[in-house]
Amino acid sequence: MPGSSGLDGMERLLPPNARRTFLKQLGLGGAALMIPSMLMEACGSDTTTGPPGGLYNLDFGTDAGILNYAYALEQLEAAFYTQAEATPYTGIATNEMNILSDLKQHESLHRDFFKAAIGRGAIGKLSFDFSTIDFTSRTSVLATAAALEDTGVAAYNGVGAHISSADYLLLAGKIVSVEARHASAIRDLINHEAAANGFAGNDVVNSTTGLDNAQPPSVILPIAATYITTTITVKNEF
Amino acid sequence: MEPTEGLNGLDPEILERVAERGDAIRRGASASPLVAAGLAAASIPVAFAVLARDAFAQGSLPTAVVNVLNFALTLEYLESTFYNTGLGTSGLIVTADLPVFQQIALHENDHVALLQAALGSSAVASPTFDFSGGSGSGTGPFGDPFTDYATFQALSQAFEDTGVRAYKGQVGALQAAAVPSVLTTALQIHSVEARHASMVRRLRGAFADTAPNKGWITLAETDITGTAATYAGEDNTTQGSVDVTTLGYSSIVASEAFDEPLTMSAVLAIAGLFIDP
Repeated sequence: MPGSSGLDGMERLLPPNARRTFLKQLGLGGAALMIPSMLMEACGSDTTTGPPGGLYNLDFGTDAGILNYAYALEQLEAAFYTQAEATPYTGIATNEMNILSDLKQHESLHRDFFKAAIGRGAIGKLSFDFSTIDFTSRTSVLATAAALEDTGVAAYNGVGAHISSADYLLLAGKIVSVEARHASAIRDLINHEAAANGFAGNDVVNSTTGLDNAQPPSVILPIAATYITTTITVKNEF
Repeated sequence: MEPTEGLNGLDPEILERVAERGDAIRRGASASPLVAAGLAAASIPVAFAVLARDAFAQGSLPTAVVNVLNFALTLEYLESTFYNTGLGTSGLIVTADLPVFQQIALHENDHVALLQAALGSSAVASPTFDFSGGSGSGTGPFGDPFTDYATFQALSQAFEDTGVRAYKGQVGALQAAAVPSVLTTALQIHSVEARHASMVRRLRGAFADTAPNKGWITLAETDITGTAATYAGEDNTTQGSVDVTTLGYSSIVASEAFDEPLTMSAVLAIAGLFIDP
């Protein structure tokens, strides 16, 4: 798998003081000790994988935890589009296939980037259940895609002010606008004939303030959990 | 639903005033600092007293934040004036596309009202614009975009894509200024500009969704003469310290998946073409 070849992003991307903080976090443990064997490994050695607190623990008190949160959401999006592209819905138009194919590529890259950037502190690979989605149905696939993209935008917007590192904040900014571009395109595929303003409709952009959504992890994670079967534990959630 | 974290708990009456202000601007009301100050005095802290109330209950924003917000306001003036003029020009925008540009104008007018309210008496006045791109000469390379729909669409795309880069370029300054609510609000505007950009790009490409008219930016490609500076650097493939093409992706995908920032000076150089000094 690309991206797993010895890249240790925590060392390379985190500023030295954050690196120290991160190392200090090792051994502190998480809120819920889900997977004792993994936790033991994480606490006992600097060479094992997974964040402090467990292989699927998100500590929102650290930048690493916020990056892992983004990594989780990107895993979800990538898995969804991989399926949507592999089994295109009935009657899919050429431009719609172009879009789904691009989105699969973009989200897969976001996923692999986070894995590489976080390095040994990355959460594990999540498992998903998409059985509630009818991948043969244009309506079902596009509605899911729109929900995932809008959720992604709200999620990034909601954590930006909680990121400590300027570099990470900028990276989140580089990604969130691409998610918003995706959301616009998907929403337009759904809405264009009925309402050509649906790409940025009043249901997602506040018509009084002109502001997009921003939501905290406590709102986003239960939405994402609709499709994520892996148990994720959290610490310092807001 | 219209949840916006930064405005939770905002008095609906105040929101209404911001909306009314947006309507007024849409109808062509002048947006002078005096008006902004009046609005601010009347309803304030309007949005920003809310946005910044935790840190700045007395109403004064740090200079760095004022500078960024005035920079943003200038760009929003440009966009709102552009769309309001286009929508006010009979026969320019084809009927089928009117809802698209009406929605974009709605948001840009909202952004002007929001930023003016936030800045209060510190808000800059709207410049006079030259949409020919002639820096006030009126004889710039884009001619009169209000008589040529293709040019109007092209400039719309360039303004939206520039806006995305402009806000992205300021998140670091807002982070450093340590006013989290302002940073969140800026991010909430930033992603709206990106929604706009995607739509206009696709519209220009007749919804074929192929480069260079995808909703996202492929490499540094642009099919609009005179906009190279708006797309310069969008072909970057190194994120953090990771060359993402080494993760198994083409440079096309790598460029599309990440939008790039522009510095304030780079944005002002681009916007300056459309401002009568």
